[in-house]
Amino acid sequence: MTPVSSKLYADDVSLLMVLIDTNPFFWNSAQSTLPFSKFLTHVLAFLNSILLLNQMNQVVVIAAGYNSCGYIFDSSDPQNQNKRAEDLLHKLEEFVDNDQELCREESVDGPGFSLLSGSLSMALCYIQRVFRTVPLHPQPRILCLHGSPDGPGQYVAIMNSIFSAQRSMVPIDSCVLGAQHSAFLQQASYITGGVYLKPQIFDGLFQYLSTVFATDLHSRCFLQLPKPAGVDFRASCFCHKNTIDMGYICSVCLSIFCKHQKKCSTCGSVFGQAQTQNSSTTPDRKMKMPVDG
Amino acid sequence: MSLKDAEMKYNREDEEDDDGDGRGVEAWERDYADERSWESLQEDESGLLRPIDNKTLYHAQYRRRLRTTTAARIQKGLIRYLYIVIDLSRAAGETDYKPSRMVVVARQVEAFIREFFDQNPLSQVALVTLKDGVANSLTGLGGSPESHIKALMGKLTSSGDASLQNGLDLVQSLLNQIPSYGHREVLILYSALSTCDPGEIMETIQKCKASKIRCSVIGLSAELYICKYLCQETGGSYYVALDEFHLKELIFEHAPPPPAIAEFAVANLIKMGFPQRAAEGVISICSCHKEAKVGGGYTCPRCKARVCELPTECQICGLTLVSSPHLARSYHHLFPITPFDDVTPSATNNPSKLPKICFGCQLSLLNPGNMPAPCVSCPKCEQFFCLDCDIYIHESLHNCPGCESFRHSKSVVA
Ligand SMILES: [Zn+2]
Ligand SMILES: [Zn+2]
Ligand SMILES: [Zn+2]
Ligand SMILES: [Zn+2]
Ligand SMILES: [Zn+2]
Repeated sequence: MTPVSSKLYADDVSLLMVLIDTNPFFWNSAQSTLPFSKFLTHVLAFLNSILLLNQMNQVVVIAAGYNSCGYIFDSSDPQNQNKRAEDLLHKLEEFVDNDQELCREESVDGPGFSLLSGSLSMALCYIQRVFRTVPLHPQPRILCLHGSPDGPGQYVAIMNSIFSAQRSMVPIDSCVLGAQHSAFLQQASYITGGVYLKPQIFDGLFQYLSTVFATDLHSRCFLQLPKPAGVDFRASCFCHKNTIDMGYICSVCLSIFCKHQKKCSTCGSVFGQAQTQNSSTTPDRKMKMPVDG
Repeated sequence: MSLKDAEMKYNREDEEDDDGDGRGVEAWERDYADERSWESLQEDESGLLRPIDNKTLYHAQYRRRLRTTTAARIQKGLIRYLYIVIDLSRAAGETDYKPSRMVVVARQVEAFIREFFDQNPLSQVALVTLKDGVANSLTGLGGSPESHIKALMGKLTSSGDASLQNGLDLVQSLLNQIPSYGHREVLILYSALSTCDPGEIMETIQKCKASKIRCSVIGLSAELYICKYLCQETGGSYYVALDEFHLKELIFEHAPPPPAIAEFAVANLIKMGFPQRAAEGVISICSCHKEAKVGGGYTCPRCKARVCELPTECQICGLTLVSSPHLARSYHHLFPITPFDDVTPSATNNPSKLPKICFGCQLSLLNPGNMPAPCVSCPKCEQFFCLDCDIYIHESLHNCPGCESFRHSKSVVA
């Protein structure tokens, strides 16, 4: 910890973890108006500009595929100093081929979903390692370039990752490339204080990326970044993995169910009478009492 | 968990200070001589005092982790209504705790409220203060930690006597109005050595008992018979704190649901709504304050009325509204990840099967000289992880990156 290094790692040095959605079923579907190759040109230009903005900046790319997740690129790796783009594209190709080999289904209904929870978990592990190893470290943040619809089965895992990121004060930015909003990423960005953006015109993707997501965390305080246009707080029920906005909660373990159950499938409690709403409302309202002060 | 870690780190730094920087200073100059720093020394299994090194820290965490995973499926979703009664009588101004009893109590209550909502996401807390012989309701029952903490920090002055009876009377009348599935609890942080009551306190205690209110007291000075009696009658616990650290421990014991009430709790299925948060900058009239508000706010999924804060009950249709992330905070207790297995280099004969990098953080698992470093592996996905990732995954992340990264193992969720 010399004074020199502390000067080098000023508050505007970033560690950017980029999670790229490589789910082939999404990129080939009608949902994506942007071809994957075009998308990659935008992203490569963006990654290069991050590395040029500050010589200390670090970029790590993780692919979230359909069957697996993997590290694609790390700018701190001494082998990656030259030919960055080639190395990245080479590794990405390898990854996509491997991912395809793991695929056992011939075709899927709709675009399916990618393993966002796995790539988030890996990114958080990497960030913890950076926190651990160097006393002065770049400011980490995660950027999800995501297009596939949410996989309701990943609900618990993604929420766990979000809370862990929140505890370590790592913002999760999201750029949604699919047709619909992503409730998971809306919550992730809202809870961790990141930026959520769903670009309107994909031809200008680089411009969106560079104006919204390129700035370091310190400079963000001075910018008017896109404000969330609402946050979808719907949850997945544990019984059918449906996304619901109203449901039944087990008072013992907080499991969410979409229909009334006799017994909780998570903790095994047998339920008495379902709480009818009206029995509890009237006395409750009286509880509003003048607060001293 | 993270709180405890931070605290252990803090203690550790304290001790390092003792050996290092503290040496050049006279003992009487040292601030912490006042704070009894020797009491923060840790005892090992054989009863020896020693500074904590990384290894014991690691093992302590590991043991704690195993304990929490085995006890994971106990009741986490009890709906508790807890009144925290804080004595701000003259005695709370005493300085045997530094800087004063009430400041220490307020600090611990702040930490406690956060921990409480982490562990009891559906529960509600309210604050009552005892001062000048009367009891004041500082905040009403609510689920937002920030509003309680703000109210408490703004009211830190002490004067007059404390009246246990007035406090209990007030709390009892308020707790009588809560829904039947809620558990009623009172936690009293009592500094005074007497109670100055307007009537017969024994009757009040019987009333609390009849209303099934569990009363617990943590004393800051000495044991009082009336407190002990109150706790015995109502099934609560009574302790007297020895110092700040002990006080913290005692308060935090109330964060997980008490096993006694967990036993006779009736499981219920409660209908709830997960409102959407409205876009920033949208103007609408909220149903709770009947005011036009800009931005924020949540929309009831059943009747589309606007409310300002969660959790709450919809004023229009009566649906209980919660934020789903609030519930999700405790789901890692429901689906704990299995402890990872230690990988001993000698056990695997095939050297090519030995891991080279950690699956989570890409750290090399080879020590200098290509000797395998200690590592662990997940029994489900058979990926290898470094020891630091092992701790992080089990203590904070609660996901196995390996299991989450392969589709075939998707059955781990649910
Ligand atoms: Zn369902
Ligand atoms: Zn349950
Ligand atoms: Zn409503
Ligand atoms: Zn690791
Ligand atoms: Zn695993």
